[in-house]
Amino acid sequence: MKKHLPVLTLGAVLLIGLALPLATGASPAGFYVEVLLGGLMAGVLYSLVALGFALIFKASGVFNFAQGAMVLFAALSVARLAEQMPLWVAILAGTVIMVVLAWLIERLVLRPLVNQEGVALLMATLGVTYFLDGFGQTVWGSDIYKIDLGIAKEPVMILDKIFQGGILVNKEDFVAALVAAALVAGLVLFFQKTATGRALRAVADDHQAAQSIGIPLNRIWVIVWSVAGFVALVAGVIWGSQLGVQFSLSQVALKALPVVILGGFTSIAGAIVGGLVIGVGEKMAEVFLGPILVKAFDLAGGGIENWFAYVLALLFLLVRPEGLFGEKNIDRV
Amino acid sequence: MFYRENGQFKSTYASDQQMLPILQDRAFMLGLLVLAIGAAPFVVSDYVFLSLLIPFLILALAAIGLNLLVGYCGQISIGHAAFMAVGAYAAYNLALRIPQLNFLVVLVLSGLIAAAVGILFGVPSLRIKGLYLAVATLAAQFFMDWLFARVKWFTNYSSSGSVSTAPIEMFGWTVDTPAEKYLFLLGVLIVLTLVAKNLVRSHIGREWMAMRDMDVAAEVIGIRPVYAKLTAFAVSAFYCGIAGALWGFVHLGAWEPLAFNLTVSLNLLFMIIIGGMGSLLGSFFGAAFIVALPIILDQVPLWLGVPISTAMASHLASMIFGALIVFFLVVEPHGLARLWAIGKEKLRLWPFPH
Repeated sequence: MKKHLPVLTLGAVLLIGLALPLATGASPAGFYVEVLLGGLMAGVLYSLVALGFALIFKASGVFNFAQGAMVLFAALSVARLAEQMPLWVAILAGTVIMVVLAWLIERLVLRPLVNQEGVALLMATLGVTYFLDGFGQTVWGSDIYKIDLGIAKEPVMILDKIFQGGILVNKEDFVAALVAAALVAGLVLFFQKTATGRALRAVADDHQAAQSIGIPLNRIWVIVWSVAGFVALVAGVIWGSQLGVQFSLSQVALKALPVVILGGFTSIAGAIVGGLVIGVGEKMAEVFLGPILVKAFDLAGGGIENWFAYVLALLFLLVRPEGLFGEKNIDRV
Repeated sequence: MFYRENGQFKSTYASDQQMLPILQDRAFMLGLLVLAIGAAPFVVSDYVFLSLLIPFLILALAAIGLNLLVGYCGQISIGHAAFMAVGAYAAYNLALRIPQLNFLVVLVLSGLIAAAVGILFGVPSLRIKGLYLAVATLAAQFFMDWLFARVKWFTNYSSSGSVSTAPIEMFGWTVDTPAEKYLFLLGVLIVLTLVAKNLVRSHIGREWMAMRDMDVAAEVIGIRPVYAKLTAFAVSAFYCGIAGALWGFVHLGAWEPLAFNLTVSLNLLFMIIIGGMGSLLGSFFGAAFIVALPIILDQVPLWLGVPISTAMASHLASMIFGALIVFFLVVEPHGLARLWAIGKEKLRLWPFPH
């Protein structure tokens, strides 16, 4: 119990902070729930991007800065292909493109850099980021494109019996959350039940031991990067259908970074919980804390969501240096 | 054959401890300095000064700062442009609010303020390390971006959030022509490089390197991690703060919010990776590479005579930039400084095989 005290304290403080606007009557209950739901939805999408990070880090120890660029590239591919063909064909074609991309990255970037330090690999993925950003926009164009999932975009009023004024929710958000949940369930099944999934977990545990019992490391990496590419594609399609497919999509990945450090680099559960915590925290801070700060310090506008996620993640790191679900490291000389 | 140390004996402690122990190195460095100080101001055009040499000198300083932290102390930071921003805004406010201050004093003070902020953001490094720390430093980046864009006091309540600086004056000397700016920057850079060189070969530099190579072992032999890590953060932020102040005052003259954004941080990291981590010389190589590359890439379509739109050109440049970075990492993960060392080794033997 004593060991968990800092974590519990932080959790309690955050929960109090979360409940404060409602308790002090600063916001009507309906609006509060609406903000909460909005935060959860954003959190689901952060989780999707963070999932890609966690998958790759787990299996290959690479901190893949290019995940955001992959999201953008996949979304651009699907958006432009969907202009020529039905959406589901475009998504299939996009998946094939991401697999080819994964193979190329493994061949041209990872394999020559085997056994390099983490920071060199991080830099290499930064190079991949620049390349993909340029390549995607050269091939597919750099305007804003639409992905139409064929779901009505009008907000629906629910629970107007309980809360005054009801709660406005987007149907598309619900579909997005369902798709994300299905994807996570699928991934968990894939990791736990299939032979390939077992091989992936073995590689994640210990590269050398996995190789010595005959698991082909290179092929595993292609698979992991392909899966991460597919996750990026799903994230890209969902984000893209909501915000439009444009360059700023690749910045979403920067929001996913605090999610992975909060959840722990190697944990799928961490990516999901972290995404939800960050999503809710950020929206709550922006809506309720932002105006207070603006008033107190006479700021030129709020916009605190740009850094709030990072500060939140830092707070968690100070009480749990390996993230919420990360593996504990024991240092030895 | 031409580059060899045969016959150069060290007979005193002083000669054993000199920075450039080999005669040829000293001659080369002297020649370089004569060229840079004596000849360059007269022969180089203003365009080259403004677009190549001035950015190069400032970014080399920032790269040295980052290299002290990442290359020597092993603490990865992806947010060092934040400290440049602190330096730039500190210098702006100091010069604005206390106009009688000498610019050199402003420069040192803004460096010290950046160092204080650096210590603050270095505190998480005591708990977390490696890639976790790298992401945590992004917090500095985004927080500082936000702070200087939103808090009106820092930009003196300017309506657009952008600031412009007064011309630099010190000791009755107004630094305004490109050649003068260049000489001033060169002076600052030479002094600070000498300081950095001596820091890394003194006890504090050795503590940083011990921390980098294995922090637990370093702690066991009696190196205080708090002291070693926080001094590295402070010195590194000091250098970047001064570089930021110079970037704002000498290079830009006027800048908008987000002039020191994540892209600048990433470019600094590219510089030390491509140049060589844990090498001061590498910081110079890396800065030269990163400053020159976009300019060269811009020129390539013109040379080839292919007319392409500017948007297309910038996308292609980004592609080539990314590909080159991967290429460099694959070919020489230890950076250009290692290539330089290999070249010197070759020269030592040439033309004989052994």
